[in-house]
Amino acid sequence: MADHAHHGEIDKVTGTATTGHEWDGIQELNTPLPRWWIWTFYATIIWAIGYFIVYPAWPLMNGYTHGLFGYSSRAELDVDLAKLNQIRGEKMQALANASLEEIEKNPALLALARAKGKVVFGDNCAACHGSGAAGGKGFPNLNDDDWLWGGTLEQIEKTIKYGARSGNDDGHMGNMLAFGKDGVLTKEQIVQVANFVRSLSGQSTRPGVDLAAGKQIFAENCVACHGEDAKGNPELGAPNLTDKIWLYGGDEATIIETITNGRGGVMPAWIGRLDPTTIKAMAVYVHSLGGGK
Amino acid sequence: MNQALNSKRITLGEGGLTIVFILTTILSIYAAIYAHDAPFAFHASLAAAFSAWAVFAIIVRHRSRSGLPPQEINGAPNYNLGPIKFMSFMAMFWGIAGFSAGLYIALELAYPGLNIAQWVNFGRLRPLHTSAVIFAFGGNVLLATSFYVVQKTTRARLAGDLAPWFVAIGYNFFIVIAGTGYLLGVTQSKEYAEPEWYADLWLTIVWVTYLLVFLATLMKRKEPHIYVANWFYLAFIITIAVLHLGNNPTLPVSFLGSKSYIVWSGVQDAMFQWWYGHNAVGFFLTAGFLGIMYYFIPKRAERPVYSYRLSIIHFWALIFLYIWAGPHHLHYTALPDWTQTLGMTFSIMLWMPSWGGMINGLMTLSGAWDKLRTDPVLRMMVVSVAFYGMSTFEGPMMAIKAVNSLSHYTDWTIGHVHSGALGWVGFVSFGALYCLVPWVWGRKQLYSIRLVNWHFWIATLGIVLYISAMWVSGILQGLMWRAYTSLGFLEYSFIESVEAMHPFYVIRAAGGGLFLIGALIMAYNLWMTVRVGERSEAQPQAALQPAE
Repeated sequence: MADHAHHGEIDKVTGTATTGHEWDGIQELNTPLPRWWIWTFYATIIWAIGYFIVYPAWPLMNGYTHGLFGYSSRAELDVDLAKLNQIRGEKMQALANASLEEIEKNPALLALARAKGKVVFGDNCAACHGSGAAGGKGFPNLNDDDWLWGGTLEQIEKTIKYGARSGNDDGHMGNMLAFGKDGVLTKEQIVQVANFVRSLSGQSTRPGVDLAAGKQIFAENCVACHGEDAKGNPELGAPNLTDKIWLYGGDEATIIETITNGRGGVMPAWIGRLDPTTIKAMAVYVHSLGGGK
Repeated sequence: MNQALNSKRITLGEGGLTIVFILTTILSIYAAIYAHDAPFAFHASLAAAFSAWAVFAIIVRHRSRSGLPPQEINGAPNYNLGPIKFMSFMAMFWGIAGFSAGLYIALELAYPGLNIAQWVNFGRLRPLHTSAVIFAFGGNVLLATSFYVVQKTTRARLAGDLAPWFVAIGYNFFIVIAGTGYLLGVTQSKEYAEPEWYADLWLTIVWVTYLLVFLATLMKRKEPHIYVANWFYLAFIITIAVLHLGNNPTLPVSFLGSKSYIVWSGVQDAMFQWWYGHNAVGFFLTAGFLGIMYYFIPKRAERPVYSYRLSIIHFWALIFLYIWAGPHHLHYTALPDWTQTLGMTFSIMLWMPSWGGMINGLMTLSGAWDKLRTDPVLRMMVVSVAFYGMSTFEGPMMAIKAVNSLSHYTDWTIGHVHSGALGWVGFVSFGALYCLVPWVWGRKQLYSIRLVNWHFWIATLGIVLYISAMWVSGILQGLMWRAYTSLGFLEYSFIESVEAMHPFYVIRAAGGGLFLIGALIMAYNLWMTVRVGERSEAQPQAALQPAE
């Protein structure tokens, strides 16, 4: 390097010597290393060496250097979890022991269950029901008081535990049959019954459609599940057809589609995935959303 | 005359490559017929077509050439510019493709309804975006500039006759195989190393050829010393070869199918992956582009490099320290604590060696700062060095475990990557191409300096929007994920943090859109430079260039 300095000419702008080489017109100045640069570099190296001494750092033949205080990130995690359990502490135990009714009556437990339920709902249920539980087409709105499988605390808990058409033996069963696809009803009959169904909730019907025939078809095919009064049956998950709440849609085309192809949305069983206390907390949370019975 | 007749004989390269490509044509046709899966059959068909074309191209070239191009004409080196022109063009083409894919996936994140078909879903387009911008755009810029710089700074014609073309076209064929594979769902699911075994093998052959061309050119140099830019290029070429081999030893399920499995398992596989992943950043996106910086900034500013001593110290410190830093991608995972410590501490020690490049880039401007007002190309490169300095401070900071516990898995990482990718790699590449295109096509100047100015400001605004949106969004995400209520429960569900990201995703997409618009302006400007630009006087080799 000293050799280069001897041969270099002096750059007029900076007053620094070049190294005396040139590549395609490019020269290099022989400027010394900036002091702040080299000292900061040294400082990071010294800091690193200090860190090596304090923390686990270097592999050895049979293990590794453990550092001065035997730090491990696994132990750090255990400490964090212990702290969390302390915050949750006895209250969580109380929640685990309490029945759904007891939780409902005890304001402190209710607040705890709702706080826990809200988070679990967001991470597990919101994907289908929405983060505000407002649902969507085929996914029930949990804020209203219309419940496919029943809206009491026990019914909600059962639905969460075992799901609907989930494959779990204790899950809710029962499908809307495909009356059109399976050849039970003709296209004309489906139009008639669809318009009759719309009349049940006070909606307009298509002029010229024979509603009396629709009523007759309804009585012969639909009352078994939806009931004589068409108010549904939570045992079978059959919706109330007299209100204006629709799972798939209440317009004529959608009702025709529903009758033609049937419906059978799936809610998974959460037992085994979430622990019983968590399911209990979630049932309370869902119940409290506005429409619990 | 006698010499011309002699050199009209078939060269070893021509004969050898013709035989090799005839064999690969036959093998590829066989593989296409007996392939186990449709994507493999498609790729084998592409390989057959490519090989057959290569045989045809070699024969046509041989018939049309009079002799081998001379090493020198009238005592001046006869530089080989054809492959450089090809790769400059491909860089712009892939750049626009990659930026567009990036914009589309940014919009998919803001508006998930845009995931309309499996081929354009986020999961497949995302590796297409990353590979297109890093390996296709960045790679072609690196190959083109390295072939240019190594010739100019050694005053020697590029080694090999067909070899540089083999590297240029072969590399781009690798990109076609990789990119179409992603869209068809072919991936080995290793970030930035998604291409399957057969693409990896092909890249290995191309890359070793690249290394040999570069080394052979250095060996026949007419300059006594090797210029610093070439150290960086060489470190980039060698290390990428090592990384590629280390992260891709896979066992194909069948030699007639696309699927393979990696030989590493569990945490060792994770460690190999991020040793590779981080050093792809270190040696592809840093060392390689520092090579560009070391040639194009002093050349454009017409000033000597600030400090030879700094260049030598920061070069060796950078390449020694970078290779250790990978574990900082795996903080708080199953990776042993001691490995995490090494990753973190070496990242901190890497700070100053990285900044050595920034100092040399910026301080080279001393005595020429006034040029920033009048030359937007130089301004672009200087701003790129500033972004480089910012990213190489942010990186070590994010490697600190306490910071990483907040930043990891959040958009902050995306913001960090893009301040480096858009600001540093993008801008220094744009600057280099703005210099290179008039030089290799023998044009006096660019078609329009005003358009470069527009490109600069539009793209800079885009970068600022992009990275500031990702900083806010990333830190917000990190804080939301770790927030606890007084009852000891998470304050927010994950979906709430997703909802909170929406406005920032829209801003990010806007930033990306501006960056793309800038690149389109650039492509137009370069196209017009080549088409209507005024010829410069010195063009000795134009008439004698074969196969351009």
